[in-house]
Amino acid sequence: MSFEVDVAKRLGEAEIAVSFQSDAGVTALFGPSGSGKTSILNMIAGLLIPDRGRIVVGGVSLFGQGVNLAPEARHAGYVFQDARLFPHLKVRANLLYGAGRGAGGVTLDEVVDLLGLAHLLGRWPRTLSGGEAQRVAIGRALLSNPRFLLMDEPLASLDRARADEILAMIERVRDALKLPILYVSHNRAEVDRLAAQVVAIHR
Amino acid sequence: MTLTPDDWEVIRLSLKVAIVGVVLTLPVAFGLAYALARGRFPGRILLDAVVHLPLVLPPVVTGWILLILFGRNGPIGGWLDRMFGVTLMFRWTGAALAAAVMALPLMVRAIRLSIEAVDRRLEGAARSLGASPWRAFCTVTLPLSLPGVWAGLVLGFARSLGEFGATISFVSNIPGQTRTLPIAIYTALQLPDGDSIVVRLALVSVALSLGALIASEWLVRRQSGRAHVL
Repeated sequence: MSFEVDVAKRLGEAEIAVSFQSDAGVTALFGPSGSGKTSILNMIAGLLIPDRGRIVVGGVSLFGQGVNLAPEARHAGYVFQDARLFPHLKVRANLLYGAGRGAGGVTLDEVVDLLGLAHLLGRWPRTLSGGEAQRVAIGRALLSNPRFLLMDEPLASLDRARADEILAMIERVRDALKLPILYVSHNRAEVDRLAAQVVAIHR
Repeated sequence: MTLTPDDWEVIRLSLKVAIVGVVLTLPVAFGLAYALARGRFPGRILLDAVVHLPLVLPPVVTGWILLILFGRNGPIGGWLDRMFGVTLMFRWTGAALAAAVMALPLMVRAIRLSIEAVDRRLEGAARSLGASPWRAFCTVTLPLSLPGVWAGLVLGFARSLGEFGATISFVSNIPGQTRTLPIAIYTALQLPDGDSIVVRLALVSVALSLGALIASEWLVRRQSGRAHVL
């Protein structure tokens, strides 16, 4: 199984509970805004601790039955909705931030080539457009030698043309690197195009 | 206008006291600012109040408290004397301690604001990219809070240069040891023919303070030229 997730968490008034198993290349979490999709990704990444449940990715237990791996030990390649680049580092340093953790992944040259980042390497994040920042964020996640990818609405803040461009990039990543991807979206068309398995989240 | 050797001694001593005081305070101020910005522990409000005391107490009272604590028979002063043979009383080191204590609240406030302005989600991003909590702190939190560190250093330095009340009540007015700029000006004001000394040292004070402000402005601009933080 790529993803085996069964978690519950109370956040203020809201109770987030989700259970799914998927062996697809891309698994989509599909649901309206505010249904807790980002919280689910944060729990899988280790940035939010579930109240109970278990998380197993690619056969490795990340949480549950006494296990609670630190975020840095989970090897998640997390692409945040807002890109979340480090503002004090140039694009190249952002890309390489997580590149220290072991060989076996892709190289900077490959990622730069795959995502078309060559002309951006010397730029500060604040000078990037939304689409450029999102591509850098994807590259940064890929270069951290992840075992799986978590993508949180990576197209949400982009216009149609940019969104199509990034979607094509994600398809290339999916087909070239064969990493399990958990993809969050509230857009049916995106989900249908990318994902082999869809998990519907209700509010 | 030429400065006499006595003037230079006062200036050198003032700079030494202010720089040593501020540099020694910086790690303490950063630790306190971090604890107050991020920590959730019992007694946080009390700690916050104690840190701010030197800002609101009459400086003479702060100096008197230092005298009680760090005097040769005081609990800390006596211990320093027995263990290390270190005396702060009537020494420039005591003046530096007084400057440090008076600068502490200003430095903590500036650094704390800066730490609170750091987006904690960036630390989460660093962790998910494989950084240990310590590496995330060193590579994300610390550099992003540097503007507050610079601001705190300059504020603290300026405050230390101007420190009068706590210094004179803790370590008195001893030429070459504790007679810093404000105390030298005060002393000259008591002399019948001290006007020219007052003018010279007052002008030096203005120049030093202006220089510190301009330096901080330059540092902040250089910082914000590299990345928009704060």
